[in-house]
Amino acid sequence: MRRKYRLGPFQVPVSGASGTALLLLIPSLIVVFGIVVYPLGRTLYTSFFDVNSPFPGDYPFLGLGNYRRTFGNPAFWAAIRRTAYFTVVSTWFELLLGILLALLLNARFHGRGALRAIVILPWALPTIVNGLMWRWILNPEYGALNALLTQLHVISNYRSWLGSPLLALNMVIVADVWKTTPLAAFLLLAGLQTIPRELHEAARVDGAGAFRGFFRVTLPLLFPSILIILVVRTIEAFKVFDLIYIMTRGGPANGTQSIAYYAYIQAFSNQLFGYGSALAYVIALFILGFALVYMRLLRTEFAY
Amino acid sequence: MNGLDDLSRRDFLKLGAAGAGMASMGAILAACSSESSQSATTLNALFMQQAAYSNTDVQGMVDAFQKANPKITVKPTFVAYESLHDKIVTAAPAGTYDVVLIDVIWPPEFATKNEIIDVTDKFPSNWTSEIFPGALQTAEYQSKFYGVPWILDTKYFFYNKDILKSAGVTSEPKTWDEVFAAAKQIKSKHIIQYPLIWSWAQAEAVICDYAQLLGAYGGQFLESSGKPAFNTGGGLTALEIMKKSIDDGTTNPASAESLETDVVKIVSQGQAAMALNWTFMFSLANDPSQSQVAGNIVVAHTPTGPSGAAPGCNGSMALSIGSGSQHKDEAWKFIEFITSQDIQNQYAKLSLPIWKSSYDEPEVVNTLPEVVAVAKTQLNDMILRPQVPSYNEASAALQLEIQSALTGSKTPKQALDDAAAAWGGLLQS
Repeated sequence: MRRKYRLGPFQVPVSGASGTALLLLIPSLIVVFGIVVYPLGRTLYTSFFDVNSPFPGDYPFLGLGNYRRTFGNPAFWAAIRRTAYFTVVSTWFELLLGILLALLLNARFHGRGALRAIVILPWALPTIVNGLMWRWILNPEYGALNALLTQLHVISNYRSWLGSPLLALNMVIVADVWKTTPLAAFLLLAGLQTIPRELHEAARVDGAGAFRGFFRVTLPLLFPSILIILVVRTIEAFKVFDLIYIMTRGGPANGTQSIAYYAYIQAFSNQLFGYGSALAYVIALFILGFALVYMRLLRTEFAY
Repeated sequence: MNGLDDLSRRDFLKLGAAGAGMASMGAILAACSSESSQSATTLNALFMQQAAYSNTDVQGMVDAFQKANPKITVKPTFVAYESLHDKIVTAAPAGTYDVVLIDVIWPPEFATKNEIIDVTDKFPSNWTSEIFPGALQTAEYQSKFYGVPWILDTKYFFYNKDILKSAGVTSEPKTWDEVFAAAKQIKSKHIIQYPLIWSWAQAEAVICDYAQLLGAYGGQFLESSGKPAFNTGGGLTALEIMKKSIDDGTTNPASAESLETDVVKIVSQGQAAMALNWTFMFSLANDPSQSQVAGNIVVAHTPTGPSGAAPGCNGSMALSIGSGSQHKDEAWKFIEFITSQDIQNQYAKLSLPIWKSSYDEPEVVNTLPEVVAVAKTQLNDMILRPQVPSYNEASAALQLEIQSALTGSKTPKQALDDAAAAWGGLLQS
């Protein structure tokens, strides 16, 4: 009894607490187990078998056969290369444009609040809507981009934007950059706002111009925000699926087939669920690799 | 503090009791509804929104069926053709759909994987003589029926007579040579920039256009031994011709990203003079509310190759019963109803009936006199894509290689050789 009085207002005796805690945790445990742990385990199990239909049944055990098939397949490596290209180019563009946009939004001018609200709009759009919108803009016959560029005399004839492999991939990157740059900009804006104004003033007193001030003061202090954007965006971009599903369905000539789309085709269109599961695990391993590298980087202390 | 804790715990228990009460109420309600559902059934049916019947047409058929069968409710779902296959596969284990629309190329795959059921026992024997053979093939695999044909379609040749006339092309192009010659003439007179538009996107659509050219030039997909044969003879010529017409600017480069619906739009805007497409294009491109060239689009038999062959790609589709369906008898009743000659004759405008005798019925002939006249011969002259269980994978490999050739990263010969090598592995397994 004595012990009890020493407890704070929101504390209850330990024995009762763990019981209640367990009781209260059960629903979330069921959910987590049901939608995360079980599917993860099931997918791993499936990846060792030659499962070729969606029904349960007896399928031949392949061991690591599906994984061997993955790494020995040139189509897999081609998809990885395209995904890496998509990831690197889109992430860096989002970062660069995000920095410029953040600097603009951080400056003091009339109507800044309104502009901040408008800039976030692309990020608020669902990816499916974004994909459809860009497909319309890029339509070779009645798309807005062809009309705009011909009327500005940049191009003389309407051209097909999604009709050749590399151009189509670049156009998907444009759509992704358009949608995700605001996220980068807002993370960087938050970073900019934590930089004390005295530092800028001190730099100016020391004779640093705008550029020098940016590269010597702003950029180094933004580094943690930049790193977070790189982490989040690399992992997200590597998993790109919905944008490609809507805009190009992997075409032309597989030019936009990302690794996630490739896995989807194998599992659902070709009904090779075992191979598809192995691919899903390989993708997860790639992402785990990225995550480990980035966590290492994030843990390093920054010396200014 | 203790009191508060107790109170909240008591409340918690009360809430729990209330929850249990609600749950049991729910159970009672559920029991009631399941009791009444013994007489009333809900069927889920999966359709596509693309060529052939429009969503409104399908809804009209569903309404008519429900009126005739008040105890059965049908819930139609529409997906794009490109999503249809994967939707059927993913929904199969859950038994979501009682009735599914399947393409002519899927019965081997779905049948061997037990995703649709064998309905040979229910299939009246007189149907096999009353339905067009091309339509029957849609639902048939190894002499068994896995559904009832519903859409009988092939790609016809469409041209804009106004554009042809202003280019000085006086007679209808009957052979592919004449088609490409007319295209050059239209281009050289600067009437439109790209006279030809095709559905050559990386999808099944490109295989249909390719199949039609392959057939005209005397090629075949597989030898009688089952070995790939499209990389030689007519199959190779077909792809070489496709590539050539992109290179000489008679084919719109946007073809490589276009599906059939894009072809309808481009022709309807007067930006193309000639195209291959399914039946539905005739009504849409000649509809003044959707087309700027209404009244100018003529439908014709697909052009012939040097051998005189001109088969249309068999693009028929059938309605099947999902293997997980709990209402197989009702599903059959529904399929029987909407594939019936009466219903099909009534909705002939966007998709012609599967029944041979319909083509002499005034109701059908008067709906689309131009198309029916051509259909009578074209529907007896069709080319079937290979019926193999791994068709989807094989088709994807061929789509990829055709596009590699069209975009210039491989020569047509190299591309088709690579596709044939990929098929070799797939057809064996």
